[in-house]
Amino acid sequence: MLRYAVTRTGSLLLSLAVASLVIFAAIEVVPGDPAAFMLGLNAQADTVAALRDELGLNASLAERYFSWILGLLKGDLGTSYTYRSPVSEIVAERLVISLPLAGYALLLTMLVAFPAGIFAASRRGSAADVLVMGGTQLGVAIPNFWFAMIMVVIFAINLRWFSAGGFPGWDAGFLAAMKALTLPAIALALPQASILARVMRSALLDTLSSDYIRTARAKGLTKGQALRRHALRNAMIPVLTILGLQFSFLLAGAIIIENVFFLPGLGRLIFQAISQRDLIVVESVVMLLVFAVILVNFLVDLAYAWVDPRLRLRT
Amino acid sequence: MRNLVLGFALTALFVIGALLSFLWTPYDHTVLEVSNKLRPPSLSHPFGTDQLGRDILSMIMVGARTSIAVAVVAVGIGMGLGVPLGLAAAARRGGWVDELIMRGNDLIFAFPSLLIAILITAVFGPSAVNAIIAIGIFNIPVFARVTRGGALSIWQQDFILAARVAGKRATRISVEHILPNIANLLIVQGTIQFSLGILAEAALSYVGLGAQPPVPSWGRMLAESQTLFMIAPHITLFPGFAIVLTVLGLNLAGDGLRDLLDPRIRRTAL
Repeated sequence: MLRYAVTRTGSLLLSLAVASLVIFAAIEVVPGDPAAFMLGLNAQADTVAALRDELGLNASLAERYFSWILGLLKGDLGTSYTYRSPVSEIVAERLVISLPLAGYALLLTMLVAFPAGIFAASRRGSAADVLVMGGTQLGVAIPNFWFAMIMVVIFAINLRWFSAGGFPGWDAGFLAAMKALTLPAIALALPQASILARVMRSALLDTLSSDYIRTARAKGLTKGQALRRHALRNAMIPVLTILGLQFSFLLAGAIIIENVFFLPGLGRLIFQAISQRDLIVVESVVMLLVFAVILVNFLVDLAYAWVDPRLRLRT
Repeated sequence: MRNLVLGFALTALFVIGALLSFLWTPYDHTVLEVSNKLRPPSLSHPFGTDQLGRDILSMIMVGARTSIAVAVVAVGIGMGLGVPLGLAAAARRGGWVDELIMRGNDLIFAFPSLLIAILITAVFGPSAVNAIIAIGIFNIPVFARVTRGGALSIWQQDFILAARVAGKRATRISVEHILPNIANLLIVQGTIQFSLGILAEAALSYVGLGAQPPVPSWGRMLAESQTLFMIAPHITLFPGFAIVLTVLGLNLAGDGLRDLLDPRIRRTAL
């Protein structure tokens, strides 16, 4: 297990290093240089020169890359050009919305997908199975931002159960804050729950047809007992992988959904930064999101190897 | 089989609509007739008119072109680069080429596709072409992975051994023997990526990072209609239905094709 963990940590660090190079290079290739790009066409030459100085663009490429990386390691994400405050502070303010939103959506995804998948698998071929699977087909096909718009009209404007957008802040109380995140979380969870329910169903059907389930049934267990005691636990392995991948989709998907609901999270921050050409913010936030995705997948891999020793031997 | 027919019928409906729009649309989608704005569906305008008096059916037909073009080119980029990479990785399995290609794949996977799109548009500005590139880049590792997986199992077969004994090189074997045998797999994956491409294009256009005016796009139609949903729900509903039905059609066709082409999974089909 230790050897596996060390190898995986090595590849984690390598992925992070390459990802940081790619992001750094992407920002470097902007037309002109970042300072001229951020200030726009009508900027005076001396203003551009001053910004070049401020951003440290006069240093060599390698120097700038390493100072960016060292800064990231120390938690210093640079200073936003438009907000005039440290990016790490802005990100921290936004994370308290984006992370709970992703977590809430993940919870809803599991709450819907697990029962739906298990129900469909245990009644395979029945009308109920066809209905659940049809529902998941639809769930995957509906663009979640459109679904969000429809929910706003029904639940916020007509029924007035929720607000149409915005975030009252955690100071307004836990329930008020969670209420503001409910419609966005449902919109984010819809396609992910549909995918997960399908994975859950097919993983269960796979394990239900294996020999040890037949043995369990021969011992006298009912279908339900065999499913609960044996099949479910084994079917969880593919389900957990997908769940790990889905976390990254939830973080990235929030970029769009936060815009529908005017939630001041990381997603809106990226969009505002793009429209204000604040490359420092774009660079650091993208790196942060990629870091989160790589880290989550790394943790899922480790959890896997811990649960299933065969995976450790394979490397 | 039912899925396949329904899926193909839905997909064909939109492809025909898009092709027809080159020759004929009920109204000119570029003509603004503000006096005729926000009309509900009627006989003269089956899907109603939008906030500038344009016919929504005509806009959806022309918008289908954008969606289909973006998705087709993005799948083309993914297949064009991903399939050769996957074939190369499988031909040199276990070697450094394989390792390099697969780790490169993992790296692209670590960037959620939307983030790639945002990074590209932040640097080069929003446009349909940049949306295509962003969606296309994300398709590369998907096709590389599917190709490698499929190719690895074919490489184990006896007829490949025969080809090697006959002196054929790995490249020739990959093109002449491996590729035709994994074509089914690639077609099925192609339909899935096609539908994901349509959803991605709609999402990017919705937030203003995709096709720019005056090119009509389903995603932008939804964005423009957002504030008017209460007054005229039809201008939000019809473009939304167009996206849902196209994606649903492609997914059903993909599922149906997979069942048809690979009888082994018919039993445990997802």
